[in-house]
Amino acid sequence: MSWVTKTLSSTIGRKLIMALTGLFLILFLTGHVSGNLLLFKGDGGEAFNIYAKFMTTNPAVKLLSYLTYISIIGHVIFSIWLSKRNKSARPIGYGVSTPPSTTVSSRNMGILGTIILIFIVVHMQSFWAQMHWGDLPVVTYDGEQYKDLFSIVTFAFQNELMVIGYVVAMVFLAFHLSHGFASAFQTLGLNHAKYSPAISVIGKIYCILVPILFASMPVYIYFTQS
Amino acid sequence: MKLTLKIWRQKNASDKGAFVTYPIDGISTDMSFLEMMDVLNEELAVKGEDPVHFDHDCREGICGMCSLYINGHPHGPKQTTTCQLHMRSFSDGDTITIEPWRAAAFPVVKDLVVDRGSFDRIIQAGGYVSVNTGGVPDANEIPIPKRIADEAFDSATCIGCGACVAACKNASAMLFTSAKISQLAMLPQGQVERMSRAEKMVAQMDAEGFGACTNTGACEAECPKGISLTNIARMNREYFSASVKSENV
Repeated sequence: MSWVTKTLSSTIGRKLIMALTGLFLILFLTGHVSGNLLLFKGDGGEAFNIYAKFMTTNPAVKLLSYLTYISIIGHVIFSIWLSKRNKSARPIGYGVSTPPSTTVSSRNMGILGTIILIFIVVHMQSFWAQMHWGDLPVVTYDGEQYKDLFSIVTFAFQNELMVIGYVVAMVFLAFHLSHGFASAFQTLGLNHAKYSPAISVIGKIYCILVPILFASMPVYIYFTQS
Repeated sequence: MKLTLKIWRQKNASDKGAFVTYPIDGISTDMSFLEMMDVLNEELAVKGEDPVHFDHDCREGICGMCSLYINGHPHGPKQTTTCQLHMRSFSDGDTITIEPWRAAAFPVVKDLVVDRGSFDRIIQAGGYVSVNTGGVPDANEIPIPKRIADEAFDSATCIGCGACVAACKNASAMLFTSAKISQLAMLPQGQVERMSRAEKMVAQMDAEGFGACTNTGACEAECPKGISLTNIARMNREYFSASVKSENV
């Protein structure tokens, strides 16, 4: 084994991959939520459709999207690898286990992550796959043709079950982020008297703000576009 | 005090083991938890039964020998060692469940005694410094800032009892290993082996079969010596930096 594989397959190395992919996905979420705010513009989806075309055709964005796919897959594979090791580290459990003074999220990152992964698959099937390979209606702005993803989104969120499913998924995302954000910095070794309190506060704000913004999109569309 | 004890009994490493219930009476609130166990063992000895085996040594809270997972907490409900836990922390009529530490790297030897040799092997892998033999060096020969000395001492207060492993949902030894790496990495005397120490101790920790850290903080909350999670962050820094910089290909 070379020193690189040796380092990355150690318990700390695997955690490093979890932290780096996790932080990249946090960056992705920031971009994703900012762009999708165009859904609130109320221009019949023009800005959103132009943005969607840019996001699927721009080469720089393409590179970022591949990094995002790799991060999601890496985050999942390394979490399974770590979880298997963690399970085998205690083959016989305790007879009595009182809830320790730790957060629910920190103890259930795997379960939260699994639910989020299922959500990602459904979400990508609903919109991402449609945008890439679906037979979408076409709209024309200033003589240029655009796929009308906005109509697909507004149609999808006429369904109450979809809206509820999305809001619930965002609650799970909030809990996952509430531990994941600060935890990633701790794993990277960035624990400092000056910066850790700030990281913790930013993490708390982020894990509430971003899921709320995401969840508000289907809710807004459900009540305004019907 | 009148108590009901549910104690894990296991003849040897290969025995399956089970909980056995023992009623006990006449326990003083001033007794330590281990003295209560002594009373139980005396009763068992009189009856001709095998006494309950458990680890203990100094009974002063400094050696790290006592263990016991009491009512779902390593060292019981207080943030101290089992020997410094007193029966006044319990109420008359309580049922107390006593289990051994549970981890693949801490196999049960008998009853409540587990083999914590894995910790010794982690220390042997790199938890040392090289010093010259000869005359005693002057205590103030190497200046160490007070803040660094205090921080290194905080890490050095780890008594290696294994409560962190027992408390961790992943049976991870990262709080222990990080305290030992930190203690020496911060001091001038620890610089010679600094990189190889981080690499070897982490490799040994992994080889022993401990889990990985999920940053839940259960270890810090249960540690009788209050070893902080900042040690784990420091260990990660030490390990990453050693992996990148050391000559070990």
